Order: sequence, then structure tokens, then C-alpha cells
Amino acid sequence: MGSLTLKAFQTPLLAAFNLELAAGECITLTGPSGCGKSLLLRAIADLDAQHQGEAFVDQIPRQSLTGSEWRRRVGLLPAESAWWAERISDHLPRQDPSLLQSLGLPPESESWSVSRLSSGEKQRFGLTRLLLNRPKVLLLDEPTANLDQTNRERVEALIESWRKTQNSAVIWVTHDPAQQQRVAHRHLQIVQGNLQETTWN
Amino acid sequence: MELIRLSALDLGLAASLVLLLAILSFRLSLGVERKLLIAALRSIVQLTLLGLVLKSLFAQSHPLFIAALALFMLFMAGYEVMARQARRFSGAWGMGVGTLSMFISSFSVTILALNVIIQVEPWYSVQYLIPLLGMLLGNTMSGIAISLDNLTHNAWQQRHQIEARLMLGHDWHKAIEEIRRNALRSGLIPIINAMAAAGVVSLPGMMTGQILAGSPPFEAAKYQILILLLISAGTGFGATAAVWLGSRRLFDERQRLRLDRLKSS
Repeated sequence: MGSLTLKAFQTPLLAAFNLELAAGECITLTGPSGCGKSLLLRAIADLDAQHQGEAFVDQIPRQSLTGSEWRRRVGLLPAESAWWAERISDHLPRQDPSLLQSLGLPPESESWSVSRLSSGEKQRFGLTRLLLNRPKVLLLDEPTANLDQTNRERVEALIESWRKTQNSAVIWVTHDPAQQQRVAHRHLQIVQGNLQETTWN
Repeated sequence: MELIRLSALDLGLAASLVLLLAILSFRLSLGVERKLLIAALRSIVQLTLLGLVLKSLFAQSHPLFIAALALFMLFMAGYEVMARQARRFSGAWGMGVGTLSMFISSFSVTILALNVIIQVEPWYSVQYLIPLLGMLLGNTMSGIAISLDNLTHNAWQQRHQIEARLMLGHDWHKAIEEIRRNALRSGLIPIINAMAAAGVVSLPGMMTGQILAGSPPFEAAKYQILILLLISAGTGFGATAAVWLGSRRLFDERQRLRLDRLKSS
């Protein structure tokens, strides 16, 4: 399970808004670069001090959890992933060859050195690392930006199946209108510091 | 054996060497001549003043005056630690972290040494307390300055890695663990090197002074050993406290990385 509720949520670039995401629901977020999309995701994950409002996962208020407990539930995938140790395996809480395989990564890739990864590989390993944490809500900041079509489809399929089996809510930042249509029915757009919602079919 | 007294001319000769170095720095455009001369001037003025202050303190040695001098030394050391940071904590924390850590380590080690080890009567007698405290403060100051600078520098450089760990739900201890360890290590290396080289490569300052003043070399060696051991303990505990306080301050109660609490100088 994983629903996300934001009440009177406000960042330095975004006027106060309310948002209700049911468990298993995906919503996309768009807007010109620099309008505060990444800042909003960081605020929801409670990484920046400069924001206001309340956040809940499955009705559990953020204040009742420590910062790290909250971030384990609300998993943020940043546009660029950072790595602190030498090997991929140093960053993974456990082994999961089938998860790697679903992203087109061979099982032995765990032992690869971080320095030899391409940006696309980094992005896929970043997603692996995040999902192994079993977050209840996913905040994805352009998760397919550096990927070719095959890998983009793999990532979309993996997140789709994750969302359905784990029943977790997803906020997905993307610039691609076709991807918006593919992955979600609800869409958020940041227009001049305001969050606007549209629904397509 | 009587100490040979130094005349103003003797010191002037030594000062002319530094002047020569300043000219060299100017000719090679090293750009440190101003700093060098100011530092030399500072040491001349400060040590002359200390000599005069100690002379009058020896005469009457009121505990209050001694305490005032000790606190003055502590705050100057705290200021020096802050001035050496490329990225220091803003507000009272800028001076607070270093000063508090030095207070904890230098003062407690000095008091322990005076009461338990040397057993001076009374323990606050100027002749022992001020030189001991001065040596401890001077050395812990360097160790703490290096450690703190290393901590804030690396936290800044590796902010993306730290935040990547926070995003994955690691707690702040885990996220900064490696940086903290490196900071502490870098602060301890100078004193470890100094201990290793003592007596083989270098004749440490205190021992030199005592021998010049006519003390038996073996007694001087024992005092020097005591001082080196105390300095390493003081530096180690002081740097540990500073790194702990500093790294705590880099995160807030929600375990967010708060680099906005640093300002670059």
C-alpha cells in the first residue's frame, strides 16, 4: 500500500496546494525547466528545509516519523544519481538478479565499478537501488531521460508492474507528452508558480 | 648554569633574516610577504606582551587574573580555528564549535596534568599552568582547525553523495560516517608525525627551551615526553568533539543536510 496526501503544501517556487494520490495511482508533473519540479520532489521527500505544509503516506503524518523513516517510505529518484562507494554492490541493500534483468542489466553487473557506468546505466542502477528499499511512494525525476527506446520501455514496464503489485503512488516528472499519456491519467503542470491539474483519457 | 640574556640587537639580527625572506618572497612574486611580515610582527608583539603579563602575574598570581588570561588564550585559539576555515559555520557556531572542543580537551587535560601528574601546589600556579595550557591549546588548535576544515570541505564536495544516502533512508550518521572518519584522521596526522619524529629528527620546542635554560637534559626529556603525550590526547579528544559537534550541526532535526549553515569566507 502507498497513498500520498499533501495538505497546504508550499515551496519557495510554488504556491500552496493540496494533492491526493490514491494507492497505486500515477500522476505526471511537467513545467518549464527551473520552475521547481525537482524542488517539489525534494520537498516531499523532506530534503529541503524551506517548504511548508503537511504530508502523509497511508494517512501516517510525516511528523510522526524520523527523516530517514519517511524517506524510506517516500523514495526519490533524482535526475542524476550520486554514488559514494567503488562498486555497484556496495550501494545495494541486497541481491536481486531478476530485478536487474528486467532492466536489461546482467546479474554480474553488480560487481561493476561505478566509474565505468554510462549515464543510462547509472539511471537504471539508481532505480534498482531505490526499489530494493521497497518504498511505498515513488517520486521519479525524469527516470528515462538518458535512455534509448528499449531501455525506456523496460523502465516504464517495470514501474507499471511495481505500481500495480506494490500498490504504490507515483509522481513522475517528464517532458515527453507521449510518455505522459502512456504512464498516467492525471497530469500536473506548473504554470507561473501554481500547480494545475488536467485529466485526459 | 646561567641563561645568557638576549639583547635587542640579537633579536634584531634574527628579524633581519625574516626581512630577507620577505624580500625574496617579493622578488619571486610569491605574494606572502605581507602575511609573513604581519605574522612576524604579531608574534613579536604578542610574545613581548605575554612576557610582561606573566612577569606581573608571577609577582601576585591572583587566581582571577590567571583565569582571565587562560580564557583569553582560549578565545584567541577559537578565533584562529574559525579564521582558518574556508567554509565556516555561520553565527555563533562559527567560533563555538572550535572553542567548545578546545575548552573540553585542553582545559581538562591541563587540569588533570597539574593535579594528578605533576602535582603542582597550588595547581593553578602560573609558572606551570600557562605554559602547559599554551602548548596544549596551540597544538589542539591546529588539529581541530584541520579536522573541521576537512569536514566542511568534504561535506560540501560530496553533498550529492550524502543526499543520495539520505534519499535512500540512511540516517545522518551513516551518510556522513566516511567523511567524519577522514576529517578526524587528517587532524591527528600532524601530532602522530610529531611524536614519531621527536628526538630523532626534531628536538621539540619545550625541551630545547629547558636545555637552553640549564635544566638537566634527562629531566627536560621527561617533561617533553609528558607534553607530547598530553598534546596527542588533547588533540585527539578535541578533534573528536569538534568533528562530532560540526557534523551534528550539518544536519537538522529532520536529518536534512544543511549546507546553508555554512558560509564561505
